[in-house]
Amino acid sequence: MTAPTLAVWKFASCDGCQLTLLNCEDELLAIAGAIQIANFTEASRQVLPGPYDVSIVEGSITTPSDAARIREVREKSRFLITIGACATAGGVQALRNFRDDLAPVVYASPQYIDSLRTSTPIAEHVHVDFELRGCPIDKRQLIEVIAAFLAGRRPNVPAHSVCMECKRAGRVCVMVAHGTPCLGPMTQAGCGALCPSVGRGCYGCFGPAPGWTFLPFGTAEPVRTEDGS
Amino acid sequence: MTHGSDGIRVPTLARVEGEGGIEIVVSDGQVTQTRLDIYEPPRFFEALLRGRRYTEPPDITARICGICPIAYQMSSCQAIEDACGATVTEPVKALRRLIYCGEWIESHALHVYMLHAPDFLGYESGIHLARDHPEIVARGLRIKKAGNRLMEVVGGRSVHPVNVKVGGFYRAPAAADLRALLPALEQARQDAADTVAWVGTFTFPDFERDYEFVSLRAPDEYPITQGRLVSSRGLDIAPAEYDSHFTEFQVKHSTALHSVLDGRTYITGPMARYSLNSDRLPADIAAAARAAGLGGTCANPFRSIVVRAIELMYACDEAVRLIRGYQPPDPPSADVTPRAATGYGWTEAPRGMLYHRYTITADGAITDAKIVPPTSQNQRAIEEDLKDFAAPRLSMPRERLTWECEQAVRSYDPCISCSTHFLDLRVRQT
Repeated sequence: MTAPTLAVWKFASCDGCQLTLLNCEDELLAIAGAIQIANFTEASRQVLPGPYDVSIVEGSITTPSDAARIREVREKSRFLITIGACATAGGVQALRNFRDDLAPVVYASPQYIDSLRTSTPIAEHVHVDFELRGCPIDKRQLIEVIAAFLAGRRPNVPAHSVCMECKRAGRVCVMVAHGTPCLGPMTQAGCGALCPSVGRGCYGCFGPAPGWTFLPFGTAEPVRTEDGS
Repeated sequence: MTHGSDGIRVPTLARVEGEGGIEIVVSDGQVTQTRLDIYEPPRFFEALLRGRRYTEPPDITARICGICPIAYQMSSCQAIEDACGATVTEPVKALRRLIYCGEWIESHALHVYMLHAPDFLGYESGIHLARDHPEIVARGLRIKKAGNRLMEVVGGRSVHPVNVKVGGFYRAPAAADLRALLPALEQARQDAADTVAWVGTFTFPDFERDYEFVSLRAPDEYPITQGRLVSSRGLDIAPAEYDSHFTEFQVKHSTALHSVLDGRTYITGPMARYSLNSDRLPADIAAAARAAGLGGTCANPFRSIVVRAIELMYACDEAVRLIRGYQPPDPPSADVTPRAATGYGWTEAPRGMLYHRYTITADGAITDAKIVPPTSQNQRAIEEDLKDFAAPRLSMPRERLTWECEQAVRSYDPCISCSTHFLDLRVRQT
């Protein structure tokens, strides 16, 4: 049986999530033994033609050419997994989506630049089979997703909040004990509740946990919805 | 734009961070143009920072680069502290240097073993290299892991650490947790020494250029977190003087601005750092450099892999020294109160000098930000290297020459994700 093929694709991003794959120092060579890495430009000159069994996509869509490129990637991928906040939510560069005053921003030579008004997640452009959250993603979760794919099962990635991770780790609550604003109650788990572990509030790297609807702070409490949306 | 079969075109450059390509145009047997094409989509960080709180740049600008987030956090913290007139304590400075060593270790180990060494040995990737030489790649991964682990213990995680703040750290790591890292770092120090000896045996193309080197220089240490900015042609300035010497401009084929020093092309990064500071290395590391074939300066970009290996040794050495002398900063951070001012900061990212400038208001809102990463500064030198390198080698088999040109670019460890976020944005008042 030939090993399944893996392709890694980059859109607008910092490279940190695909670096997480290379940061699996203890597992990398085993992964490379179980999977044929067919396209991973950051790591290899070798590019094998598609179609690919699984594509891992990092980054958000910010240019017209990338909007076209993600459709090509989808067409040659059996499974498409997005990794990280850029690919799953638009990333920090999506701050531009909320800034009207960026519209009149100009470049020295804007005609050379081809950029969309917004930064959008991959799922707004093509069907995504699985989204792995985080800024950056967590190494253990990435390995779980790859292992689950190899075993043909759904990844076991928890959907509860950072708050629960923090409580389980027995940490003192920064909000209750120190009055520090913390997004932990409504942010998806995965990082290991890192920020409270150093005494700061969670700032939401993994995005909203399923079941929370965000309302502006100061106007209402976040509410849990019936359908979990 | 490739001219017949004469030109060289690499549309997608592999084993670099981010998206770029190279193009060498040959006409009548002469190299007429070389281009480092950078098409990484811009992310507009400077514009996004406007209006944000003065405490936010360490977390926001870390997201410019997943490989060197500490560089962004450290340069931004220093610039904000400069604007606010705040000073940090010596223990905070030492802890900053320590986490920065972790970043040098993970970044340099990644480049030496996974991105650059495969070129010298004829492999497509570090993973291909591992099939024939598993013990060598395992050594590289062991060094890299030691660096990542150090960043995790000090910063919480290695990509986008959470423990760094303007003024210092949220929490000082426990001395016992740092001491627990010593065996792995001492092993990494030995592995790095073996790395120096290993890369010293590689074959390097005979190619040197007359560079103007630019790097930080500090009184009694190899530069990482502080110093004046000096060059091999006499520049010697403080951070606030940067903008009167360095100019950035846009070119059509790159979404990253080019940069010149008083109108001249220059380079930053390991070659420049080493060439300007080799006298700051401990004697045993300097001896290892000589044994691996380096002189006091290095002007052959292909040899930068040896310089990176030397810096790996140094960073492991420094990390061990800093942990042995560790005093937990108490308090872990200084109070930094905003005032209306402009502040400047710079540090040595693994790929070279990283400059930040922020203007803030009295109530702590950022009104202007400027960030100049190392790869954008090196673009012009890379293009000139390609021209000088390819011109006398056009008779080589084209596939071989193409690979060597790619290798020349990879010598700079270009971080294209970093370089492309800082287009010269100007807000037009309407």
